[in-house]
Amino acid sequence: MRRRVMLYVPGNTPAMVQNATVFGSDSIIFDLEDSIPLEEKDAARILVKNALQSLEYPDTETVVRINSIQTEHFQKDLEMILPAGPHAIVLPKTESGADIRELESRILQILGEDSCEKANIEIIPLIESALGLINIVEIVNSSKNITAAQFGAEDFSENIGARRTKRGMEILFARSQVVAACASRMIQAIDTPFTDIDDEAGLREDAGFARNLGFDGKSVISPRHVDIVQQIFSPSADEVEFATRVIEAFKEAEKAGKGAISVDRMMIDAPIVKRAENILEKAGIGNPL
Amino acid sequence: MKIIRKAAAGTLESSDALIIVKPLNGNDIKIEISSIVKQQYQKKIECAVYQSLEALQINGIHIKVEDRGALDCTLAARIETAIERAAAAEE
Repeated sequence: MRRRVMLYVPGNTPAMVQNATVFGSDSIIFDLEDSIPLEEKDAARILVKNALQSLEYPDTETVVRINSIQTEHFQKDLEMILPAGPHAIVLPKTESGADIRELESRILQILGEDSCEKANIEIIPLIESALGLINIVEIVNSSKNITAAQFGAEDFSENIGARRTKRGMEILFARSQVVAACASRMIQAIDTPFTDIDDEAGLREDAGFARNLGFDGKSVISPRHVDIVQQIFSPSADEVEFATRVIEAFKEAEKAGKGAISVDRMMIDAPIVKRAENILEKAGIGNPL
Repeated sequence: MKIIRKAAAGTLESSDALIIVKPLNGNDIKIEISSIVKQQYQKKIECAVYQSLEALQINGIHIKVEDRGALDCTLAARIETAIERAAAAEE
């Protein structure tokens, strides 16, 4: 599942909830948390439940950001949303492996063992505090159902007392930690949203920087950001062409029983083949090996 | 569930519906509909409301629907929310 861009949609806005696929994001995250006022939490979870049960979201991953474990809404969200069959759950304010195990135990309790296995709901911890960052290795290793981790810079900066800037030096360490932890587990690292909705140049720079750091995708809070972020996190035509030639050369070498291979005078070893596989997968070509 | 208080859910935004419910004596159901597409869809909206009330096993209710082009699933969601807010579980 490619997650180049994950679009957050407030779960209590029918027009957004029903039309979200129009924007073309890889994932839609129906939000029950920060974008929903307390007095509308009930309305949002019922609307999202109904939408998941009744509407089609073709070629798009459906994800729900529930409320955090510390809130009274956590259990109610799970009871209502899980039977409606989202592909994944984002757990905000994840701070330990115990949080993930608690979530999994509730999922099992609500769905039962057989349905749980069939449903195969993926978990995406949202790292947005100092404690969450310090424990990120433990968190990403706490469950085989974790397939990505998201970074949330706004809450994180608030938590550590940093001043949030567009340049982002204050979150560089955290971003790098998230990327490394995810890479160690071979799961996707999803960067924080760029919050200035009108600054397209700023978005390109921020997303490009995140891509260079090693993030696999980025969450966005504005539909206007979807195309730009998707393009930045998609391999270029040149990258795809080179990756294709690497894979073809590797396959031929394997057939011929050759050890060393080169493409464009570059020695091709296992990490380069692996990178080529990842590029083709991100380009939607699948794993050619 | 029994409707014991007045409650509302939804908004007058496009693609949404504002639902206001209040208790009615006895087991009667009274429905008022106002819709931007009332002429074409009044019957359909009425049908959707009755279906929701039946699914939730509700009677003794006055329900006012101000529709702004809501899909059936949105209408059902707003009705369910309004009823949850207006109801108490029956012993």
